[in-house]
Amino acid sequence: MATQAAFMHGSKVETETFWGIVWSWLTTVDHKRIGILYGTSAFIFFLIGGIEALIMRLQLARPDNTLVGPERFNELFTMHGTTMIFLAVMPLSSAFFNYMIPLMIGARDVAFPRLNALSYWIFLSGALLLNSSWLFGLAPDGGWFGYANLTSIQFSPKHTIDFWMLGLQILGLSSMLAGFNFLVTIINMRAPGMTLMRMPVFVWMSFVTQFLLVLAFPAITVALILLMFDRFFGTLFYAPAAGADPLLWQHLFWIFGHPEVYILILPAMGIVSEVLPTFSRKPLFGAPVVIYSGIMIGFFGFGVWSHHMFSVGMGPVADAAFSISTMLIAVPTGVKILNWIGTLWGGSIRFRTPLYFSLGFIAMFTMGGLSGIMHASPPVDLQQTDTYFVVAHFHYVLFGGSIFGLFSGIYYWWPKITGKLLDERLGLWHFWLMMLGFNMTFFPQHYLGLIGMPRRIYTYAPDLGWNFWNLVSTIGAFLIAVSLLFFIANVIRTMRGGQVAGNDPWDARTLEWAIPSPPPVYNFARVPQVQDRDDFWLQKHGDGHGGAPRPKPAPVTAAEIAAIHMPPTSYWPLLLGLALAVMISGLMISMYQVAIGGLLTLYLMYRFAMELHRPPTGHGH
Amino acid sequence: MIEPPATIPRPRRRFDWTPACLLGAVLLLASSCSAVGWNWDTPMSTVMPKSDFGKMTHEIFMLISWWTLGIFIVVEVGLAYVCWRFRDRAGAPIPKQVHGHTVLEVGWTIAFAVVLLVFAIPTIRVIFKTQEAPAATALRVEVFGKQWWWEFRYPQFKITTANELHLPVGQTAVFLLNGPDVIHSFWMPQLGGKRDVVPHRINHITLTPEVAGDYPGQCAEYCGISHANMRFRVIVHEPAEFEKWVKAQQAPPVESTDALAQQGKSIFTSSTCVGCHSIAGVSAGHIGPDLTHFASRKRFAGSLMESTPDNLTKWIENPDHMKPGALMPNLGMTGEQSKALAAYLLSLK
Repeated sequence: MATQAAFMHGSKVETETFWGIVWSWLTTVDHKRIGILYGTSAFIFFLIGGIEALIMRLQLARPDNTLVGPERFNELFTMHGTTMIFLAVMPLSSAFFNYMIPLMIGARDVAFPRLNALSYWIFLSGALLLNSSWLFGLAPDGGWFGYANLTSIQFSPKHTIDFWMLGLQILGLSSMLAGFNFLVTIINMRAPGMTLMRMPVFVWMSFVTQFLLVLAFPAITVALILLMFDRFFGTLFYAPAAGADPLLWQHLFWIFGHPEVYILILPAMGIVSEVLPTFSRKPLFGAPVVIYSGIMIGFFGFGVWSHHMFSVGMGPVADAAFSISTMLIAVPTGVKILNWIGTLWGGSIRFRTPLYFSLGFIAMFTMGGLSGIMHASPPVDLQQTDTYFVVAHFHYVLFGGSIFGLFSGIYYWWPKITGKLLDERLGLWHFWLMMLGFNMTFFPQHYLGLIGMPRRIYTYAPDLGWNFWNLVSTIGAFLIAVSLLFFIANVIRTMRGGQVAGNDPWDARTLEWAIPSPPPVYNFARVPQVQDRDDFWLQKHGDGHGGAPRPKPAPVTAAEIAAIHMPPTSYWPLLLGLALAVMISGLMISMYQVAIGGLLTLYLMYRFAMELHRPPTGHGH
Repeated sequence: MIEPPATIPRPRRRFDWTPACLLGAVLLLASSCSAVGWNWDTPMSTVMPKSDFGKMTHEIFMLISWWTLGIFIVVEVGLAYVCWRFRDRAGAPIPKQVHGHTVLEVGWTIAFAVVLLVFAIPTIRVIFKTQEAPAATALRVEVFGKQWWWEFRYPQFKITTANELHLPVGQTAVFLLNGPDVIHSFWMPQLGGKRDVVPHRINHITLTPEVAGDYPGQCAEYCGISHANMRFRVIVHEPAEFEKWVKAQQAPPVESTDALAQQGKSIFTSSTCVGCHSIAGVSAGHIGPDLTHFASRKRFAGSLMESTPDNLTKWIENPDHMKPGALMPNLGMTGEQSKALAAYLLSLK
């Protein structure tokens, strides 16, 4: 009983001193705390990636500019892409998976809490390894998709590519572990009565995303391991002079890379599918169709990779096949947009910051989707690929889509996570400035691409008609930065004061709003019985067809709470994450370090595995 | 029954400057738009096609553009209308809990599929049409993409040149793309394109230029440090002009009697220049550009600079400074030597 209380209220016991607080975060296995760790790290990397983008925009503000040289510029666009994808958008989505999935399915934690902590620490060590390259002046410079054979020792003799390749392998491991963890969680840990079709749509989109993660990451891992062998052990997998085909890399990379695009967008689609019903006070229009569309997108996502390669000369049959599969994937995407508008139709729409960001998502993602249809046609794509038109397209999808969607989620769930509401007025400033800055930055890039500006160039001649709109684009990028200052000010202000949220500030529909904000360690004092997708809404308002509202449940007793079993904290995940980084970074330093790090990793894996393997202590589970 | 919250937070009812600022900014943007305009007729424009290939591509682009513009307007206006019409009003009852509408949802799924069919049919047609085997009469041009410049060879004329591609108007040209180092992409925006240059593999692109002119081209696949500087020019001639150009390129270079140029020649032949560069009758290197008719080309070094004595002198003295990462070594030439070399090269008409 005593031990139980200790770990149940563990955070209370340990948070008396500063180091106690630090230790409690380093050893936590609570999905909510891990979610906050993911979110905070991701936001910091989002700012770093943003600063990289601002420097690039300054360099491109005028022709023949010399603010940064070509080496630095190539590092900046490589790190900007890699950071935003792997260290900002993916972990920001992970933050919501971690914090929200257990709450939304009525669970006390994820299936494997220590594995969850391990995923985070591995993510952090991969991210730090990747970014430590700046300190050594060896930042990766091969582009975020690192096309072979530019990445070979012959053409990139320095360790730049190694930092990228090894960092991504570590990050991939983290994503795979998290993916399996959430798959098991969603399949096994749903509250009684929550059938798959009663599962909230955010959880559904997350579910599809986890499948994509565990199926797509092996492909890039294979690609990276072949590259690692080429670079460290003298193999010739990507060496055309030895008869290899460098397009092997492109196929392996994009069969990961295209599902990756959906890994980045599906969670945001899930968030929008929660926010719209809440603020229009109606169920999601055609929820089954939205869910099936998500599954279709995930499924087709594996059959379109070569549309990134229409210019490599695959021949007309492959071009035609991948063109058709790419156009097919536009159908479920378009259907979703109309379903979201259908959700708003007939509603009583309450305009609050989360909704603004969701509406921004629909408006901007539509644009990115439509320009995407243009690239689905190979002849058109031949003119547009590798130009700023494509840069504009994927920023409309990943910024206009993912980032707006994720900010919608931040404003929506902030009160649940912190117990306080973000300020509406600052939130609206953030939204409108970001909207304006975003369009000012990226809309002109469509035009620049169509008049021939290639991507990834650090300089351009002044007589090509590109000067003015590049300057506009740069000013827009700084407006985005200003909008983020409003967000940061909002966060600081809310932390200091801020309106207390209560359990359910938005009159929302799903289970997480039934419990206190912030939720207790055990989430649900009593595991809920679920009868509908919008279960919590029905508890509050009835089904709208005169169905009897459910009786108010009996108050939770202290004995019930005392009987809740929560897992103890653990420092093995942190140590294992660090040891892995020691082993892998050793490849660039010394094979002795690899050996020592490897042995350490093995030992820690053993300790990690055996930590809870002991005879039952008798307090019952 | 659990009580729904009595109030949900509302924005403060103070005068909100946000929309005003936004409007101002949009007006500012719009006025600057009209001042500068969207000029589509620029040197690297992809929407002013000057070849059959470019025109076929452009037709599909315009077809998709008009349709998507239509869809875009319907969706955005629809979204705005729905937001305005169904905005929350004080004391409004809970709206009807509609879960979906099967006919409507099936309907718009089919509608999307039909629209995509409209795009797919011409797309497939053009894919196969543009990748047909070229006629035997087509002009064959071998294109070599190298870090960071372009070599063009005309096997039937036995001509090799660099960074400047000459084509006759109205004759189909087939480009055979190849390269010795990393992946590049051969792109002439106004003529159509692009096609990647994959090392040790021959890619094709076939097109017929229809309008004479001088068009810039550029490498479009990131290929290392000086990717941005890997440019070239395409000069499309009237057929008679093209014949003249071919004749001039086939002729041996004219020896200049100028003393400085002669001094330059002796420096050239006695230094390592000859290891990399070819000049017909003088040297036979293959790593760098062929210089036989160097002075016939308006620009050099990946079409980065105009071929002036001043630029050339600077280039010889410090290639890396002019084109970062340039593989031509700094040979430590003095001012006098590089001036003489420049004079020699500029005499090679």
